Amino acid sequence: MNFAVLQFPASNCDQDALHALRDVLGHSARYVWHKETSLDDADALIVPGGFSYGDYLRCGAIARFSPVMQALQQFATNGGLVLGICNGFQVLCEAGLLPGALIRNRSLQFRCEHIFLKTLTTESPFTNRIPEGNLLKIPIAHGEGCYFADEDTLNKLKANNQILWQYCNAQGEVTEQSNPNGSLWNIAGICDERRNVAGLMPHPERACEAILGSADGSLIFESLIHALKSAAVAKAA
Amino acid sequence: MKAKIIITPKKAVVDPQGKAVQNALEHMGYSGINAVHVGKYLEIELNGADRDTACRQLDEACHRFLSNPVIEDYKLEIE
Repeated sequence: MNFAVLQFPASNCDQDALHALRDVLGHSARYVWHKETSLDDADALIVPGGFSYGDYLRCGAIARFSPVMQALQQFATNGGLVLGICNGFQVLCEAGLLPGALIRNRSLQFRCEHIFLKTLTTESPFTNRIPEGNLLKIPIAHGEGCYFADEDTLNKLKANNQILWQYCNAQGEVTEQSNPNGSLWNIAGICDERRNVAGLMPHPERACEAILGSADGSLIFESLIHALKSAAVAKAA
Repeated sequence: MKAKIIITPKKAVVDPQGKAVQNALEHMGYSGINAVHVGKYLEIELNGADRDTACRQLDEACHRFLSNPVIEDYKLEIE
């Protein structure tokens, strides 16, 4: 599969994402600079973490107007798979591709640690390879990861099974203590209504090899790869 | 002309910065503070002469870019 990893000025998880996809998972992956207007033959897009454009004004607010985002919007409208990680999640929310917003952590502290994620549904291109009941141990590293949306939006997310991951403890319980940033409903990641665009604050690309403390993040990328392969088979048939 | 834009968090949005500032003020002995909301202030210098056009354009910019309507309110003044 061909992955495209977007690069904005001050993206800093782009190399980790490329390494995970290409060197660990063995797929083709390349960078796409924010000034590019075409995504060529990309099968899926990764919007990586970092501090795009210095995160001035608001996290992701300036990045969403960069030239490559028009191509991304078109790609998403055509049903292409897009995964935003950390700052990438913030960019996708700012762009209106995902509902809600990410605001300052309730503790006001930058949190950098491993957390546990509960996967709420395997019915998405981002979660289909995650075994039922399997918790993911993945690191977070953010100061502005508190998910906020109004009540109507939250209820809609729940009703449509759009909440993909919640922060939980090592036993899989979704508790206030296991919520690292004050996100409403412990939300760590969501997808859009059509289920082809998703975002999450934790960093799966930093958890694809046992030597890094966990390889659980690879399940998310393997889900994407599985979804792409299934779509290719369906297209050929 | 100059545009002055004040952006504040919506009331429904938790504002931990405001809460931290409020706590600090209370620790310093300032009383009678009900709540603090920390926002942003932008001053934009304009070189056009048409006030209505400037107002319309900046109102759109506030909505699309300068504020995030999901979490923030804004006030725009042109002088």
